[in-house]
Amino acid sequence: MSTASPAHADPDVEETVTPDEITFLAKPWVTIVWNDPVNLMSYVTYVFGKYFGYDRKKAEKLMLEVHEDGRSVVSTGTREEMERDVQAMHEYGLWATMEKQ
Amino acid sequence: MSGFARHRTSRSIIANFTGFEAELLRSLAAQLVELLRNEAAVPSEATDPFEAMMDFSGPTNEPEDPVLARLFPSAYADDEEASSEFRRFTEGALRDGKSTAAIAIIDGLEDAGLPQELTEDGLHFDVELDEPTAETWMRSFTDLRLALATRLGVEDGDEDYWHSLADDEPEAQAHDIYEWVGYLQETLVEALTD
Repeated sequence: MSTASPAHADPDVEETVTPDEITFLAKPWVTIVWNDPVNLMSYVTYVFGKYFGYDRKKAEKLMLEVHEDGRSVVSTGTREEMERDVQAMHEYGLWATMEKQ
Repeated sequence: MSGFARHRTSRSIIANFTGFEAELLRSLAAQLVELLRNEAAVPSEATDPFEAMMDFSGPTNEPEDPVLARLFPSAYADDEEASSEFRRFTEGALRDGKSTAAIAIIDGLEDAGLPQELTEDGLHFDVELDEPTAETWMRSFTDLRLALATRLGVEDGDEDYWHSLADDEPEAQAHDIYEWVGYLQETLVEALTD
């Protein structure tokens, strides 16, 4: 996953737009993983670490969000990037959807 | 059995199976392959016969079987059209991947010593997996567990219900198998993290 850098932002973007807003505009889609009664907490953590390259702490935090809040945004990006992520989550048997944030 | 563990020196991931356990796992994996192939992943409702013939892409509708619907959920919660498009381009590959993974379990068990027909009592053998194969098994265990849980109607916090059933009830036995595959998967995750 890449992070949008203001340095690469369109030079025509208004100067009043903050870097955070640029990131928001460049990555308008999110992948959401939903809680299910089947998947093991250890497995979900493993998948987040393996596929997204998140460190153990972040992978565990996202897993706990899924477990306790019922859902967690696990990645953000373009529509194409999120379609890849959702497909990968389905490959791993996680229940994932995508939406525009 | 004691589940999977990482061998200290060879680094491979090993579990000892009885013939009965291996046979059970093979049968589950074979049923999953059957299910994945059974309800054909073909485009639906083609209006024109020529168009239907020329359409090699995947299905657009959610599968009817609840297990398949869980294995291939809709990608967009509120957008049926976008979900159909996503399904058309992904479901075929996802089905193939899950089927290939389940077949890897069957092949692995047979290579390790499970005969085509289990006749011998007291058979047991080690299954030794390299890391990529162990990952494939781990992923496929999820599919097997999702399939069993969907058929059983497993929900969050229903452990008391399952444990209240008499041991000889088919539902209780199926749930024991579901828990056993969960145990195998848990030890596999631990071994892969080790």
